[in-house]
Amino acid sequence: MDFVGAYSGANLSFLFESLLETLKMAGLAIILSLIFGIILGVLRFARIPVITQIVAIIVDILRNLPLVLIIMVSYFGLRDFGIQLDVFSAAILALTIFEAAMISEIVRSGLNSISKGQMEAARSSGLSYTQALRHIILPQGLRRMVPPTVSQCIALLKDTSLTIAIGATELMYAARVVYASQTSYMVPTLILVALIYFVINYSLSILSRRLEAKQI
Amino acid sequence: MDFARVWAYSDMIIEGLQVTMLASVIALLASLFFGTLVAVMRISPFKSLNWLGSAYVEFFRNIPLLLIILSVFFIFTPKGWIAGTIGLTIYTTAFIAEAIRAGIQSIPKGQMEAARSTGLTYGQAMILIILPQAIKVVIPPLGNQFLNLVKNSSLLAMVAGGDLMYQADLISSITFKTMDTYVFIAGFYLILTIPLSFLVKYLEKRFALSG
Amino acid sequence: MKVSTFLKRAILPVTAAFMLAGCGSSDSASGSKENVLEKIEEEKVITWGVKNDTRLFGLMNTETNEVEGFDIDLARALTKEMFGEDTEVKLKEVTSKTRIQLLNGSDIDAIIATMTITDERKKEVDFSDVYFDAGQSLLVKKGSDITGVDSLGGKTVLAVKGSTSAINIREKAPEAEVLEFENYAEAFTALKQGNGDALTTDDSILYGMADEDPSFELVGGQFTEEPYGIAIKKGNEDFVEKVNEALKALKDSGEYDEIKDKWIKAN
Repeated sequence: MDFVGAYSGANLSFLFESLLETLKMAGLAIILSLIFGIILGVLRFARIPVITQIVAIIVDILRNLPLVLIIMVSYFGLRDFGIQLDVFSAAILALTIFEAAMISEIVRSGLNSISKGQMEAARSSGLSYTQALRHIILPQGLRRMVPPTVSQCIALLKDTSLTIAIGATELMYAARVVYASQTSYMVPTLILVALIYFVINYSLSILSRRLEAKQI
Repeated sequence: MDFARVWAYSDMIIEGLQVTMLASVIALLASLFFGTLVAVMRISPFKSLNWLGSAYVEFFRNIPLLLIILSVFFIFTPKGWIAGTIGLTIYTTAFIAEAIRAGIQSIPKGQMEAARSTGLTYGQAMILIILPQAIKVVIPPLGNQFLNLVKNSSLLAMVAGGDLMYQADLISSITFKTMDTYVFIAGFYLILTIPLSFLVKYLEKRFALSG
Repeated sequence: MKVSTFLKRAILPVTAAFMLAGCGSSDSASGSKENVLEKIEEEKVITWGVKNDTRLFGLMNTETNEVEGFDIDLARALTKEMFGEDTEVKLKEVTSKTRIQLLNGSDIDAIIATMTITDERKKEVDFSDVYFDAGQSLLVKKGSDITGVDSLGGKTVLAVKGSTSAINIREKAPEAEVLEFENYAEAFTALKQGNGDALTTDDSILYGMADEDPSFELVGGQFTEEPYGIAIKKGNEDFVEKVNEALKALKDSGEYDEIKDKWIKAN
């Protein structure tokens, strides 16, 4: 184990540059998964014939697959259908598909947790189904969804490390490049990278707890 | 899709399936044990144990599983599947500890006080009175953790763990049928995970009704 | 009816945004049908797929943020020979596991990444003439009782996913247990830490490892021939021919030997 060599200025700056790439990837994927997750979740909650069932099946399949596998398929597999994504887009696509499925479950159960009486009351006061959903159910549901959604975002940030399987140039990949130059750098690099992920994710989880505390 | 080409390597797939199932079950049992331990530490009246438990949970929940598995493998150098199973256990313990802590804390404080006043020690009261009740609340999230374990076991592939994903990597590099291989292997993961997810839903409903 | 208006409002803009994003990204990867040679000459850019984790052939230097090695220098020399000074060289990282898929489905024009010419691979890609004669060998801890491929019975041999050596070793030493890792750095660390008794791949790569840690040595000589070729997308015979001509010119002028001597000393 060579800590001094592994933590050279060049290696550190190389790792931190790729951290920006990780954050960019995670940020984009989080935004997209939130959008699609909410849509899919609402579709499942709304009980629209056929559509809800189809969405349920797709979401259940995606949620039950290992993310690495989804990453491999979205990068290599789509080729067979003439869709060629570069590594970064394929990574974003795979993360979005998987995390949106997870978030849709959070949204669905969040909405389900609002009592049926609320919807009935809203409807009887003259609101349409859509209006009731938008003004009464969604705002309450969203509040309950915040903590699990933040956990999911942390999971997503951690999951970006799996895109190394297709060689996306994020933090984990940079770690591998550093220890490829000298295998005695391996353990020091793994430790440093673990600390970087920890600092970011732990800050996020503290932030989420603060938010929760404020709401109550 | 040419699944016949992939199924020609059926013995590898079946071996991978066994490793995936074995690693998941061992990691589940081990993380249940350690998770309960850490959860009890977190709510124990001793400050230092408290802190230790929290530190464990916060640290391992917030770093990627891949890093844990690689570190276990390259620091302690066991066989790949053992490193993978230990890594899975370290990671899942943190999540299970959280679930169990929440379960224990959902039991009213009066229960512990009542148990203590009948002459039980803290440890006895925890094991005999509190934990059995907490299990009801904890079972649905535990089911989810097991589901995650099965999916996460795919990271064994990164340390030559011999699991399903590892076999998929090998088969796709032999056949060059990347899409066919991964889609076919996806089917095997679904065979394992879909029944589990129905079980989780069933448990959620059942315990929600009784609770 | 009312639900559907709500959905329309919510979904349409998002779907549109995503589709636009999707189009944007797929633009950057070019189609596989077009002629690679024409594309390079027109855009004045050539993208080589190279390794970045393989000592001596293609290794990322974090000081300079550039990949360095025999494959890289040869790629640059070939580019200059084929297209002159003003064609830009772009390098993209590939791994043994991903390189064929990458060549066939991304903007990589040619792969020069310690890649052995095999009949199986010829079904997927075209190859140039041989640019380097490697052979598979074994790397062991000095003092090991392994003397060659015949003494591997009951031993654990480490290899890298997607490499020919992983497939070869199963044939040559069926009694050995083979473990495949993601890349050479991880396989070599596993060997150092005792997860296996030997590491097998091309001797040219093994020399790089023995160079990094002298307590390891090569044993048993070359037990396969691993002629390295430059891989090119199928259907580009004109490009293959141009590469071959350039390769021959570099060999004739002595530039090839210069590059080889710079990186490969042990051979």
